[in-house]
Amino acid sequence: MKRQSRFVFSMLVFGYAFLYVPLLSVVVYSFNDSNLATIWGGFSTRWYGELLKNDQVISALLLSLKIAISAATLATLFGTMAGIALSRFGRFRGRNLFTGMITSPMVMPEVITGLSLLLLFVTLQQLTGWPTQRGYATITIAHTTFAMAYVAVIVQSRLAAMDQSLEEAAMDLGGHPFRVMLDITLPLILPAMVAGWLLAFTLSLDDLVIASFVSGPGGSTLPMLIFSKVKLGVTPDINALATLIMLFVSAGVLVAWTIGRRMQRP
Amino acid sequence: MTGKDNDKSFIEVRELSKHFGEFVAVDAVNLRIERGELFSILGGSGCGKTTLLRMLAGFETPTSGRIFLDGVDITDQPPYERPVNMMFQSYAVFPHMTVEQNVSYGLQKERMPRNEIASRVGEMLALVKLEDYASRKPDQLSGGQRQRVALARALVKKPKVLLLDEPLAALDRKLREHTQFELMNIQDELGITFVVVTHDQEEAMILSNRIAVMEQGRFEQIGTPKEVYEFPCNRFVADFIGTINTFEGVVQTSGEGEITVASDECGHSLRAYCDTPPRNGSDICLAVRPEKIYISQTEPDNDEDSCLRGVIEDFGYFGNLSLYRIRLETGKVVQVSAQNRRRSTERFLEWDDQVFISWRPRSAVVLEN
Repeated sequence: MKRQSRFVFSMLVFGYAFLYVPLLSVVVYSFNDSNLATIWGGFSTRWYGELLKNDQVISALLLSLKIAISAATLATLFGTMAGIALSRFGRFRGRNLFTGMITSPMVMPEVITGLSLLLLFVTLQQLTGWPTQRGYATITIAHTTFAMAYVAVIVQSRLAAMDQSLEEAAMDLGGHPFRVMLDITLPLILPAMVAGWLLAFTLSLDDLVIASFVSGPGGSTLPMLIFSKVKLGVTPDINALATLIMLFVSAGVLVAWTIGRRMQRP
Repeated sequence: MTGKDNDKSFIEVRELSKHFGEFVAVDAVNLRIERGELFSILGGSGCGKTTLLRMLAGFETPTSGRIFLDGVDITDQPPYERPVNMMFQSYAVFPHMTVEQNVSYGLQKERMPRNEIASRVGEMLALVKLEDYASRKPDQLSGGQRQRVALARALVKKPKVLLLDEPLAALDRKLREHTQFELMNIQDELGITFVVVTHDQEEAMILSNRIAVMEQGRFEQIGTPKEVYEFPCNRFVADFIGTINTFEGVVQTSGEGEITVASDECGHSLRAYCDTPPRNGSDICLAVRPEKIYISQTEPDNDEDSCLRGVIEDFGYFGNLSLYRIRLETGKVVQVSAQNRRRSTERFLEWDDQVFISWRPRSAVVLEN
C-alpha cells in the first residue's frame, strides 16, 4: 500500500513537472537581464519595459483583444441561440444533423477549418467584392464559428440540468413564450453564457492556426507575431510577453471555473 | 369555438385522447367535474394521469377530444391564456426571484396596478403563512415552505381551476398530514376547484370529494372515496385501492339480491348480497377487505356469516392494529386486520394457532369477470 502510494506520488510529481517546468522557465527567463534568451544574466524587469515600447507588439495585442472580445460576444449570442434550440425545441426535423454540425468545429482539425474559411473568404471576395482585405473582420468571423460550438455545448448542458417546469410554470402564470425566455430562461443560463464567453475569449486569444489562414498583410494577431518572431530566434521580450499572456489566460480560466462551480449549485 | 354549452358541468372533458407515436397515453376519456370540487385522479406511474393534467393546463395538445371549462371550449387556448393554474410536482419555484417576486409574477403578467399586486400578494402570503419570508430566496426555504410558495403563486391569480401534480409527494410524513388538511382548508376558503393528480391512494382518499381511478389511459371507476373503496366496480380498482382478499368461484344459486358461490379456493360455499345478481353458473370473484373479516379462536355460532377455518401463518404488529396472514385448509392465504383494542402484554394469537375467520355476507363485493 505504502509502496504503491510512493509510486503514485512520484508519477504525479513527474507529470506536473513535465507540464509546468517549461512554463516556469519562461516566467523565470522573462526576468533575465541578458540579451540572450537562454543565458542567465541577473534579475531585471527591463524586457517588460521594452515590450511596452514595442509598437508592433502593442498593436498585435490590441488586435488580438479586439478580435477576442468581438468573437466571444458573437459566439455567445449564436451559441446560446443554438443551445436553446437544441435543448428546448424538442424533436424538430434535422435535429441530429444540427447537433452534429454545431459540434463539428470542436473536433475538426484547425488546419481544415482555417483552409475552408480562407476559401470561403476568397470566393466571397470574388463574388461580392467583400472582404476587401483580410484581417480583423475575417479572423473574428472565423473565431466565432468555432467558439460558438463551445458556447452552445455549455448552454445546452446548463439547460438540460434545468427543470423545464420552471418555464412551464412561468407560461402557466400568464407569461408569453418570449417573455418567459427573458424572465426565466436567460437569467438562469446567464452563468453558462458568461462561462461560454470567457472560454470563447480565451480560445480566440490562443488561436494561431486559423488566424494565420484567414488574415492578410498587416493583420497580425499576437500569437502570429510571436510565432514569426520566434522563427527569427527567441528574444527575451518574447518571454516577458508569454508570461503576461499566461497570467491573463489563467486569470480568465480561473474566473470561468469559479462561475462554472457556482453554476453547479442547484 | 367559445359558445356556451348547455351542460352545466364546470369542467367537461369529452373523448379526450393523447397519443405519443404508437403509445396511447390517454384513451378517449370523458370526465365531468363540478364547481368547487376537490377531484383526484389516482393511478400508478405511466397510467396517463399526468398527461391528462398537462392537457388541462395546456402543455400538451390533445390528439383528439375537447375540454370545456365553465362552458367555454379551452382546448385550443395556450397555457398563458387559460384561467387555470398549476402547482408542479417539483414546485418550480423560480430560484432567481424572492418569495414575493415569485408570487407576484403572475399578476405582473396581467399588468395589474402595482399597489393592487402588493395587497394581493400580501393576502396570499398570509394565507400560506409566509408573510415573514417575503424577501427570502428559494434556496433559503425548506421543502414545505417552497411548496407553500408554489401554492400561493398558483392561487394568487384566482384561477377557476387549480391543478396539483403530486402535491404532497416530496414532503415527509408528518408534514404531509398537516399539509393535507391545510390544502383542504384553503380549498374550502377560496372555493376554487382543485384537480389533484396522485399515485398515493391515501392522499386521494383524505383530500378528495371524488376520485377517478385511472389505468392505461382510461378511467376504471369514478366515485366518492367511499364508493371506490367499498364498492369497487372491478378487480383492478379493488386491488389498487387498499388490500383485498379475492375468492374465485362459480354462482350456485341466485335470487332476490342474494347469491351463493361455490369456491374451490376456500373449499366452502360463500354467501353474498348484490343488487343485480349474476346468472347461475357464471364465474365470479368475491372480494373482502381485511378489516371486514373477524378472527376468533372459537367457531362463531352465526350461520348467516361465511366462516372458514385456518392457521396463522404470519402476523405483523402495527401498534394500533395487527395484520394476520391466515392459511386456509386449501392452502389459500387470507389477510385479516384486527384493531388492538385491549392493552395487554400477552399475545392472544400466535403462529400456527387454529383460528376461525368470518364475515358478513354484505361485506363481500361481487366482481364479475
